[in-house]
Amino acid sequence: MRGLEYVIEMLDIRKEFPGIVANDNITIQLKKGEIHALLGENGAGKSTLMNVLFGLYQPEKGEIRVNGEKVNITNPNIANELGIGMVHQHFMLVEPFTVTQNIILGKEPKTKTGKINIKKAEKEIQELSDRYGLKVDPTAKISDISVGMQQRVEILKTLYRGAEVLIFDEPTAVLTPQEIHELIGIMRSLIKEGKSIILITHKLKEIMEVCDRCTVIRKGKGIGTVEVAETNVSELASLMVGREISFKTDKAEAQPQEVVLNISDLHVKDTRKVDIVKGLNLDVRAGEIVGIAGVDGNGQSELIEAITGLRKSESGHIKLKNKDITNKKPRKVTESGIGHIPQDRHKYGLVLDYSIGDNMVLQTYYQKPYSKQTVLNQKAISKKAKELIAEYDVRTPSEHTMARALSGGNQQKAIIGREVDRSPDLLIAAQPTRGLDVGAIEFIHRRLIEERDKGKAVLLVSFELDEIMDVSDRIAVMFDGKIVANVKPETTNEQELGLLMAGSQAEKAGGAHGEK
Amino acid sequence: MARNRIFNILIPIISVLLGLIAGAIIMLISGHNPIEGYRALWNGAFGDAFTLGETARRTTPLILTGLAVAFAFRTGLFNIGAEGQVIVGWLAAVWVGLAIDAPMYIHLPLAIAAAALAGAIWGFVPGILKAKLGVHEVIVTIMMNYIALFITNEIIRNVLTDHTTTTEAIAPTASLASEWLQGITYFSRLHYGFLIALFAAAVMWFLIQRTTIGYELKAVGFNQHASKYAGMNVSKNIILSMAIAGAFAGLAGAMEGLGTYGTISVMSGFTNLGFDGIAVALLGANTAFGVVLAAILFGVLKEGAGEMPTGAGVPTELVDIIIALIIFFVASSYIIRWALIRFKKEGK
Ligand SMILES: Nc1ncnc2c1ncn2[C@@H]1O[C@H](COP(=O)(O)OP(=O)(O)OP(=O)(O)O)[C@@H](O)[C@H]1O
Ligand SMILES: [Mg+2]
Repeated sequence: MRGLEYVIEMLDIRKEFPGIVANDNITIQLKKGEIHALLGENGAGKSTLMNVLFGLYQPEKGEIRVNGEKVNITNPNIANELGIGMVHQHFMLVEPFTVTQNIILGKEPKTKTGKINIKKAEKEIQELSDRYGLKVDPTAKISDISVGMQQRVEILKTLYRGAEVLIFDEPTAVLTPQEIHELIGIMRSLIKEGKSIILITHKLKEIMEVCDRCTVIRKGKGIGTVEVAETNVSELASLMVGREISFKTDKAEAQPQEVVLNISDLHVKDTRKVDIVKGLNLDVRAGEIVGIAGVDGNGQSELIEAITGLRKSESGHIKLKNKDITNKKPRKVTESGIGHIPQDRHKYGLVLDYSIGDNMVLQTYYQKPYSKQTVLNQKAISKKAKELIAEYDVRTPSEHTMARALSGGNQQKAIIGREVDRSPDLLIAAQPTRGLDVGAIEFIHRRLIEERDKGKAVLLVSFELDEIMDVSDRIAVMFDGKIVANVKPETTNEQELGLLMAGSQAEKAGGAHGEK
Repeated sequence: MARNRIFNILIPIISVLLGLIAGAIIMLISGHNPIEGYRALWNGAFGDAFTLGETARRTTPLILTGLAVAFAFRTGLFNIGAEGQVIVGWLAAVWVGLAIDAPMYIHLPLAIAAAALAGAIWGFVPGILKAKLGVHEVIVTIMMNYIALFITNEIIRNVLTDHTTTTEAIAPTASLASEWLQGITYFSRLHYGFLIALFAAAVMWFLIQRTTIGYELKAVGFNQHASKYAGMNVSKNIILSMAIAGAFAGLAGAMEGLGTYGTISVMSGFTNLGFDGIAVALLGANTAFGVVLAAILFGVLKEGAGEMPTGAGVPTELVDIIIALIIFFVASSYIIRWALIRFKKEGK
């Protein structure tokens, strides 16, 4: 009976890593045709459990059944043969290849003479894409397409290999709200075609919206499975964290002081040498959090890179506490009092092959007490790292663990700890809570507000309107390379923001200048 | 982590054993007695005080070229140019040794420094081309090898000598030769350079593991974006790494020029010290300590090989084959690693 009801059963799975039990006898059962959420804090063991199912890790104990039959998945090829496909947290695509080349990699259709039959593959992929509403151009190059499209290529990759069960590991963490909306549509059409889905996400709203059931794990242990229809967001949150979570961030009225960051008429080009920041004006004052709202691609990333010295400004001025820092080197910018939580934690935020301890002094290693006359002081580095690990609840066996071995959310907490700890005059936080669980988000938001209350300036960039509305004291709407409106979160709503972000009313709201 | 450390030690050892076994099989097939062959090898390397001294002498430059490759590799760069760096180092050392008249405490350090500097310049060029123009260092370092070889030969013929092939001996004030070391090794050519090489290994370890310089160099090797974000100068670090690597190899040249030979001769081909350095670095897992051990092994094999034709009738080429096999097994360490994991699992 059981065998017929469930497509996948993972029973009492145990997986250990040196110094840590990542999965401690977890059970999850997936019904045919359902979207099943897997929920848990950062480092709870979600990715690990799914990697076990996909054959990337071998469990120490436990049993996996596919359609009621016991199986032994020792590598991803076997998983593919069993109809299990996975869309990873970090994409695995070959950039210079086309969509088709990526999809058929390792499973190329051949012509009679043994050549790869690219035409046939393209046709097949087009058909698959149409059937599930994926809207993918089979001939486009990966390096030319958006993140959302790359993700759809990953989905196609699994479908092309005949996946019946799809695993999504935090698919929405890297997507814009619009793309998330599309992805949800895609998942629904997959279900209609008889597929089954396991979805890992930290966004409880998404679970409520699309999932049928939800399995919760906490610190490697299975807590249980609930019917989504019979639960609500706060129950899910407390199940996963083990305590009540408040979703509204309480904070006192901001007390803005003198201007800390002053940007006037800034022009910046993007990587393709096209103007992307076009005469931007912005002030951020001590003691306030300014949130930048905007649709991805309107110059937010380039703006931050220009402020932090990672990208050249073409013209205009950036001043920090009345000192000109335009086109200064990143080291000078950091030393003059800017902290930066980067949007892309793997590219900029961490040296993944360094220990978490070494990563904690990434900008300060050359200063006392971490080094003296170029000789590193390992003791001082370890001490600082231990402090930050404890304070920011970075879950790691020790400070000597490689940053690579940490779960995505814990990597993020380590970066945030490092940046906030220096207590810079201006803290730039770009997507600071991407990939974090609700408990960690609450904590990070409180830290940002604490910095503000200490009289520091905070510049927050986020695609999550909830986060912008919740945390900011003032919202600067960015559209087409300019700040097109300044609004107060109390006096606006998501609809109005949405319109402003889409560029309408830009002229009317007109107040392109900060409050000068 | 702990397992990785054990594997890093086990894999080279197993590779060496497999290489020796494969060498024995080849000796058997080609009609030689492997036991006699290896006995001759052993005697050739450790037989008496003289051969011991010669083995150590041969090890000396290999340590330094091994460090030159390993150092660059630890910072994400492939230094295939150790060969050329050795040659210019050798030339610079002998040149200073011939041209200057000074007391030993000035002359010797100056000649050694000149060698390091020449090697550093030979590393600097590919470094700056990589940093500023993105030209891959493998291509440039290979070309620099040829440039070093031909320029050096020209200078020997036309500047240092009057169209002959070997320079005069350097002034004794620039020589690394040691009567004491020669005395205890029955007049081998062992010289003070051996201590310099060991010291250099300690320097590399300290630089990489314990200083902010090493911290930056490694960070840039691992992730240039994060390094830039952290305020490091990526270009500077790439150039610095290649220059330091070049300096190590340049010192290897000084070992030959000031220690072993005391002269420099027109070369018909490469010294191979630099190319062997690549193998030494690989076998030594790119750590300072590992490089010293691997260089000793190479010194032993190469020195002992000299005894194999006379002692057991085995051609010296066979030793090259054994060395090549060892490298092969190290390079395919993936297979050994896999076998070890299998073995461990089944043992449970
Ligand atoms: N390859 C590895 N080596 C050592 N430890 C690991 C490895 N992969 C994961 N871990 C550890 O296992 C635990 C579970 O990690 P996992 O990536 O499964 O978490 P997660 O639930 O996916 O978290 P997140 O929401 O942050 O992505 C973490 O403590 C992590 O540090
Ligand atoms: Mg994860």
